[in-house]
Amino acid sequence: MADNYLTDGYTLASWLTTRDHKRIALLYFAAITTFFFVGGAAATLIRLELATAQGDLVSDDTYNRLFTAHGVIMVWLFLIPSIPSALGNFLMPMMIGARDLAFPRLNLASWYIYVAGGVMIITALFLGGVDTGWTFYTPFSTLFSNSHVVLTLLGVFVVGFSSILTGLNFIVTVHTMRAPGLTWFRLPLFVWANYATSLILVLATPVLAMTLVLLAIERIFQVGIFNPALGGDPLLFQHLFWFYSHPAVYIMILPAMGVASEIIPCFARRPVFGYRFMAYAILGIAIIGFLVWGHHMFVSGQSVYASLVFSLLSFLVAIPSAIKVFNWTATLYKGSIRFSAPMLYALGFVGLFTIGGLTGLYLASLALDVHLTDTYFVVAHFHYIMVGGSVMAYFGGVHFWWPKISGRMYPEIWGKVAAVIVFVGFNLTFFPQYLLGVQGMPRRYHAYPDEFTVLNVLSSAGASILAVGYLLPLAYLAWSIFRGERATSNPWRATGLEWQTASPPPTENFEHPPEVTREPYDYRPEGEIAPP
Amino acid sequence: MITLPVAPQFSTEIQQHRAATLGMWVFLATELMFFGPLFLGYGYGRLHLSDAFAAGSRETDVVLGTVNTGILLTSSFFVANAVDALERGAHRFAAIMLHAAIALGIAFLAIKGIEYSNDWQEGLFPGAGSALPKGEQYFFLLYFAMTGLHAAHLIIGIAILLAFAVALGRVADPVSLSARLRVAGLYWHFVDAVWIFLYPILYLVERSG
Amino acid sequence: MSAFELLPPAASTMAGRVDTIFLTLSALCGFVALAIAVLIVVFAIRYREGASVDRSNPPTRNRALEIGWIVVPLVIFAGIFLWAGADYAELRRQPADAMPIFVVAKQWMWKLEHEGGRREINELHVPVGRPVRLVMTSEDVIHSFFVPAFRIKQDVVPGRYSSLWFTATGPGNYHLFCAEYCGSQHAAMGGRIVAMAPADFARWLESGGPTSGIAARGFALFRRYGCSGCHDPRSTVHAPDLAGLLGRSVHLADGRSLVADEAYIRDSVLLPNRDVVAGFEPIMPSFVGQIAEDELMAIIEYIRSMPGA
Repeated sequence: MADNYLTDGYTLASWLTTRDHKRIALLYFAAITTFFFVGGAAATLIRLELATAQGDLVSDDTYNRLFTAHGVIMVWLFLIPSIPSALGNFLMPMMIGARDLAFPRLNLASWYIYVAGGVMIITALFLGGVDTGWTFYTPFSTLFSNSHVVLTLLGVFVVGFSSILTGLNFIVTVHTMRAPGLTWFRLPLFVWANYATSLILVLATPVLAMTLVLLAIERIFQVGIFNPALGGDPLLFQHLFWFYSHPAVYIMILPAMGVASEIIPCFARRPVFGYRFMAYAILGIAIIGFLVWGHHMFVSGQSVYASLVFSLLSFLVAIPSAIKVFNWTATLYKGSIRFSAPMLYALGFVGLFTIGGLTGLYLASLALDVHLTDTYFVVAHFHYIMVGGSVMAYFGGVHFWWPKISGRMYPEIWGKVAAVIVFVGFNLTFFPQYLLGVQGMPRRYHAYPDEFTVLNVLSSAGASILAVGYLLPLAYLAWSIFRGERATSNPWRATGLEWQTASPPPTENFEHPPEVTREPYDYRPEGEIAPP
Repeated sequence: MITLPVAPQFSTEIQQHRAATLGMWVFLATELMFFGPLFLGYGYGRLHLSDAFAAGSRETDVVLGTVNTGILLTSSFFVANAVDALERGAHRFAAIMLHAAIALGIAFLAIKGIEYSNDWQEGLFPGAGSALPKGEQYFFLLYFAMTGLHAAHLIIGIAILLAFAVALGRVADPVSLSARLRVAGLYWHFVDAVWIFLYPILYLVERSG
Repeated sequence: MSAFELLPPAASTMAGRVDTIFLTLSALCGFVALAIAVLIVVFAIRYREGASVDRSNPPTRNRALEIGWIVVPLVIFAGIFLWAGADYAELRRQPADAMPIFVVAKQWMWKLEHEGGRREINELHVPVGRPVRLVMTSEDVIHSFFVPAFRIKQDVVPGRYSSLWFTATGPGNYHLFCAEYCGSQHAAMGGRIVAMAPADFARWLESGGPTSGIAARGFALFRRYGCSGCHDPRSTVHAPDLAGLLGRSVHLADGRSLVADEAYIRDSVLLPNRDVVAGFEPIMPSFVGQIAEDELMAIIEYIRSMPGA
């Protein structure tokens, strides 16, 4: 094997002090995978508890700590960094033909900051956990909770700075380091998506950070601006929290859209349909996404007029998402489609994201949201977006770029099997939760009335299938590192710049700095002659 | 011509400089959003607790606040001069300007400290033992949070300027630092600009009448 | 087990309207999801690799088509927005003749009190066919009053009064849930709504024995906490007259004016210096920590019952 970034130093120190974006990406992969399975363990216990109507497996306090741990870990330690920090770190510089990100030291620093925050959150978990829910609503979190709130807040605060620094790095890199000829409208949609995500990271995360500081001040000193006894207002916290946390949903889904937009054209052998609309849609989602936070608060007591405006904007943000779904579908038309594992994941992503997005319309509809909000309908909706959408796409992306990252092919048959298991398991887990929500089962319930039992048992059964689907890739991808077939530089015959260098790439990414002369996604079926 | 070692990820010095400048602007955007919830909390208080906020802002020390405003504005002038001087090659003059700005920054913090200790003795703080009614405690909570966060930024700014002032006397080619000093200057001006917003809302509001 | 039902029982005037939105959206979204699924499957099979099929002139973009699938959803969304928004506005508009019930939420129970003074815990009896208005507050954290069969939900926030109304349409027992996470026993903070025929309800109210009525209890508290010492018209202390206060427009010392509602009176008791009435000195002491939420509600009802000025 020729020299590449993996052979460039074997010591632990060579990894922990690396400034190579590809190695840092692998550091992220390691950390994220760990946190994913910790968060997944919490989810397993939650579903086990909910397999029966009585709260008989764990106590109510333990249950509350479990769903809080699941939420905090999955949102801040897995979903938000998953695609941008791991896949994005590896791919962004290569996709734009650069040698590295603009600030490699900052990049390494953001990994350490991320791990430090993660360690704080996990420490809080082991000290006894937190029982506020990942939303930290006041005054429960400030005056009533007897758990490790402050340490968890600190952990999330610290992780936030990792997000900010990664976002900053991406923005500057995309602006200043594109290869000659790589104009904005020749950028891969994955780059567009991560660019838009970075804007959200940079502008929304600091608001969360300061909000958490105010929360911690209020809890520690018993003073504060969210406390009704001091003339403050708990709804102010909700506004600030969702000002970050709604855009955070787009932080999680936009990069997933980027991944799907790379995979689908490649395996359909057609340029992505309506490239420019796709890019505009990404920006549209990022911008309108900042203006819809109030739709989490339709029953909180905010004014009717505010609710009307937020409802309207929530319908508007659905439009660019719909454009993307239609355009992915249209990309298949007259293609030459091959169903490799990444394509199965990507098509699964489109399907599940569509269901998640459509059910978002139910929640944007004011009178209907009154009934559905804070029930399992919401739980199902955001899991369809974040797990059905983001995690599906993340797995698709890992399979798609696995040859580039590891220099080995994963076993194709197992990849397909896992994709199908995840798809089936996911739907069995979460579709019943829509029905539970419609029937009125509130979320965060440790025990429930008997009539909800059947659907809960179905959901728990699905979760066990889903768990198999998630563990399987861990096994065969690890196996492939040692035994997998060696990958060529471009096994999928893909057009992105990252495929024009060796697999795995050399430390400096490209032997000769690339120059871009073609439009993006210049795919055509084998044997078809390029138009003049 | 100024030569600066170009980091391996960049192909030209111009590219490196553009990246550094853009990076600082993006960072400042982040910083602005970081102050955002405090300003929103202030807006909420002005709307719903207007009397308490009016009373609260009359308790702050307008003389010290005004002196500090003057000090900070002057320091920004020195920083701008330093950047300008270094680009012209006058690195000794630039160092003097930086030292002057640092001195003013420290003076600002000292005056702020006096103000805090006065506030403490008069019971002008939120929480147990406060001499203030509830709404004014809310005002003073924001007062301490905003000025405290600003002071933390200023301390970082002083440390950065100090690093430059020392480096100017030590490196062989001080002029090569001018691009970086320009970026650092952006940060200093930002900290100054934040104060320009804090000063009227914490000290001046309700003093007109 | 009975046949599977998609929707929970519908037992309020609002339920049918919400269900219509739900079913319409479901038909619409089901159609769109199905159409996309069919298209993907058809394309996937027809254009699979190796299939010999006409692939000439593939479109890479189609402005008309793309604008079409922006405009069509936009029009449909606007319609749904208006429809659901109108029903929501209806839900938030209190009928004037509604029967008031006072609700205090605390970890982890619902305390409810009827106008006549009859009190209940975790159970609420209401008559069918008559609008009922809930005036709600919390003693500790945020809770949420959720009755799936009525399709209504409202957060109950400490420090403010939330309100909610419904008209039950069918007798029966329905779930009452707390829908906003509130701590350890969140899942146990529920109960039931018992909707009864009006005659049965009247009988139930009487069966509770003679109660003094919430306003009378409020009057006793009004004296016990010393409010009457200043606010009695015969008092020598210069304090605002409270008769007919609710619903009246009040001018404040700082030039603002507002319409006095329950929340205003509550704030005036707990944070008296916040909204001082024009022409009065801010001399009233705060009652924070001394007076319970259900007592405050009783006092407000007493003030409501005072003969108008």
